[in-house]
Amino acid sequence: MQTTVQRTTPYRVFAIVLLLALVVFFAFPLYWIITGSFKDAQTINSAVPQWFPTNPTTDNYARLFNRPAFTWLWNTIFICAMSMLLTCITATMAGYAIAKKQFAGRAVIFSIFIMAMALPKQVILIPLLKEMSFLGLHNTLWAVIFPTVGWPFGVFLMKQFSENIPGSILEATRIDGAGEVQTFIQIVLPMVAPGIGALAIFTFISAWNDYFLQLLMLNSRFTFTISLGIATLQQEMSTDFGLIMAGAAVAAIPIVAVFLLFQRFFTRGITMGAVKG
Amino acid sequence: MKKLVALLLAAMMVLSLGSFAMAEEKTEITLWTYPIGGWGKEETVNEIIAAFNEKYPNITVKVEFLNYQDGDVQVTGAIEAGTTPDIIMEGPERLVSNWGAAGKMLDLSDLWTEEALADISAVSEAVVAACKSPEGVYYEYPLCMTTHTMAINYDVFEAAGALQYLDLENRTWTTENFEKALQALKDHGVEHTAIVYCGGQGGDQGTRALAMNLYSAQFTNPEHTAYTMNSEAGVKGLQKLVDLVNAGLLTADPGIVAGDELQLFANGTANMTLAWNASNASTYASQVSFKPYAMAFPADDGKPELAGGIWGFGIFDNKDEKKVAAAKEFIKFVSDDPVQGPKSVYATGFFPVRASFGDIYTGTEKESFKEFSVFMPFLGDYYNVTPNWPVQRTEWWNLLQRIFAGGDVAAEVETYINNSNPK
Amino acid sequence: MQYTLMEQARKRRNRENLVGYAFMLPSLIFFIGFVIFPMGMALVTSFTDYSMTTFNFVGFNNYLRAFKDPVFLKSTWNTIIIVLVSVPVVTLFSLWVASVVYKMSNLSSSFFRIVFYLPIVTGTVAVTVVWKWIFNNYYGLLNYVFKELGVISRNINWLGDPRYALACIITILLTTSIGQPIVLYVSALANVDPSLVEAGEVDGATNMQVFWKIKWPQIMPTTLYILVITTINSFQCFALIQLLTSGGPNNATNTIMYNIYYHAYKLNEYGYGNAMGILLALLIAVFSFIQFRLAKTDNE
Repeated sequence: MQTTVQRTTPYRVFAIVLLLALVVFFAFPLYWIITGSFKDAQTINSAVPQWFPTNPTTDNYARLFNRPAFTWLWNTIFICAMSMLLTCITATMAGYAIAKKQFAGRAVIFSIFIMAMALPKQVILIPLLKEMSFLGLHNTLWAVIFPTVGWPFGVFLMKQFSENIPGSILEATRIDGAGEVQTFIQIVLPMVAPGIGALAIFTFISAWNDYFLQLLMLNSRFTFTISLGIATLQQEMSTDFGLIMAGAAVAAIPIVAVFLLFQRFFTRGITMGAVKG
Repeated sequence: MKKLVALLLAAMMVLSLGSFAMAEEKTEITLWTYPIGGWGKEETVNEIIAAFNEKYPNITVKVEFLNYQDGDVQVTGAIEAGTTPDIIMEGPERLVSNWGAAGKMLDLSDLWTEEALADISAVSEAVVAACKSPEGVYYEYPLCMTTHTMAINYDVFEAAGALQYLDLENRTWTTENFEKALQALKDHGVEHTAIVYCGGQGGDQGTRALAMNLYSAQFTNPEHTAYTMNSEAGVKGLQKLVDLVNAGLLTADPGIVAGDELQLFANGTANMTLAWNASNASTYASQVSFKPYAMAFPADDGKPELAGGIWGFGIFDNKDEKKVAAAKEFIKFVSDDPVQGPKSVYATGFFPVRASFGDIYTGTEKESFKEFSVFMPFLGDYYNVTPNWPVQRTEWWNLLQRIFAGGDVAAEVETYINNSNPK
Repeated sequence: MQYTLMEQARKRRNRENLVGYAFMLPSLIFFIGFVIFPMGMALVTSFTDYSMTTFNFVGFNNYLRAFKDPVFLKSTWNTIIIVLVSVPVVTLFSLWVASVVYKMSNLSSSFFRIVFYLPIVTGTVAVTVVWKWIFNNYYGLLNYVFKELGVISRNINWLGDPRYALACIITILLTTSIGQPIVLYVSALANVDPSLVEAGEVDGATNMQVFWKIKWPQIMPTTLYILVITTINSFQCFALIQLLTSGGPNNATNTIMYNIYYHAYKLNEYGYGNAMGILLALLIAVFSFIQFRLAKTDNE
């Protein structure tokens, strides 16, 4: 299976054994969530844990999809995919410009980006709410998408990835007479592809998990995301764990799909570009 | 000039005709509900709306369901964004003390007709008082009420021979007998009699009622302007709890919230719960394998004063008279209609605030809910409208956490009172 | 001659400006429109008593109040502890995992990356439900395991005991924080120029030397990113607290972010909440500044 020549040292054996032990630790919550989603309320709530559902029930899923869960799922996927797309485009362009273009005020702009990341999102939510309401966007999916795209994490990430593009390659393409757009698409994009792959996944997941923003911006069942939808099904003083777990299990599917889709970008990139240069 | 006036008049007539025609059209109103018993469930609420639409086909009602974890944030967001619903269903601490006091709600005095006032007063003057602001403006029109009680695991009490300490007819016990019952349970080998949960936001009424009633303390002054648990009786009650915990007769847990405690009660880990009421009884009915038995909180004089819940409707001031009118029709239909009213209350699992509705549970599926009607005479003062209520709630949890961690009770209560009382 | 050179340089600078801003434009539209603008408003409101009913300028009162507020000071202290523990642990641990994983075949490397990412993919709410059960005082998994192993004799109330609660929160935070750095480190390590590594090996450098002398400087931009992001995320730890402890017991797990949430959204004291947010931003800025400085000197 090994693609690289790798001596099997004692350290490496130890490392892999340790990693596999950690795998159990990290995968356990998901295992518990998925098996839990097939348990009834009494079993989930029981003081004696049941390691595997002996009487599996699909009741939790039935209750979930008894609601407009498909609408919620679609809303969530739309928000995440749109945020992902727009963030990847804007952040890759901006990250490249900050890293490689000597325009005036670049240091200042970058500092502002970093400072903006430091400010907790919760603080800007009330003003943002007023703004969205003024723009007529409150309670639309765009009210969640636009602030997510504006959030400067992506620019910072892509700037770090663009740092590694050798200036000599850019210089060479310029001498060859390539235009800025051509350089960006043909040289820069392939080189920062791993960054874009990572950014796509990060944005998708952080949009998915940004519960608080969704909570303030969306307030009708037609715009709810899946996590908001599940929250509305909770009764006072009793948590419907089965429903939460069924929702989480459903939520995991698109995220894992996105992960598998984009992770192939991870290992391409600079090396490829470097060979080309 | 005459022409112009005539033209204007004509225009106005056309406009008013237009608005008259509009009145014939559909009005859409939005209702947000907190999970007040069955009003947190879509099927139940849809049935009620269907009944309403039979009589008022021109008013469409859209519903959104809130929960207690996030509801306040959602309403805050809606208020700041100007997208508040027309009707909201909750209790006085939010409708009156919070949003009402902030000027976001409409005066509902016209719903409080003489007939309604008399009917509701006949059940409890406290309900009427709780629904209006200190200035006398009604921000809530109530539908249902209940008392918050505790519950015991009847089977375990029976096995431990602790039932003898309970007044089974009135569902009461004295402080002395409560302690004896705890001892009996402990001797029987019970590890956790009751767990005093000290975390989180909801369910605070249970811990309050326990601490207050042990020595008949008052939680606030009668005018609802200041918190008074620093009274001798208040400190004594809290000290008693600490002593019971130290003696191993009670468990104090700063790590859990009321919902966790109920779960521990339902799965048999704890043998009492402090957060019981009709709604929780039905929510957990499918999970318990023993007989949960509702009890009043123990009181030194055997006369407990129970915290109540009063839930009803408020209307947000959205500056749309048509919607306001439609919202009022909805509230009147749901709460006052002699046929629908009792059904709306039945859906909550609680009790009507109107004397004329009488007993709504006899002969129904929820017959067992009558169990809770025995507590109605113990309904105490509704002090949740005291200013600074949200701050007080947090401070209360912190107080419990500190005294069970070994803090000096009298000193810690002083701190709690200082932090909670309006400055 | 000199004149035209200067002219040329100026032209080139203008062009560079134009191109730079053209590339920045799409990002700036969203950034200024939906981040900077509301941020400016938040800054302004931090000097007011902004609430649901009031809006008056109060100068620095909110800031002074924060410095005298024992709960704010306690929550600041807790927040700093979280950061000081989680940032080095996350960075070193993810670097170690990545260094083991990146040489594997694509399939096994993907497997490990996704496993370490799992605690995030199911969403915070569901994961905290599981952890809450693990830490449960009465029948939780941790107490069960520790009792079986003889580590403890009596159940420990992990989340209810001020001595352990913060450590529990940090543990959960760690499991949800390392997925992203591992992904980044794996791709950064895979992209280290192989010719440099080969040259090092030819010169007879040990594995350790190759790693620290050749690879480490190459992945420095990634490390800097991971440091800054982990710092910010740890400083802004909130959802776990809200779902697990509400800041208790007795403020042992209260963080600045939870405090902001409590004042702004539970008590509707937006002005005070925003002032605490600005203070948090300043604190983060100080930490990030130090990290940028360290990364720079390390690079040179």
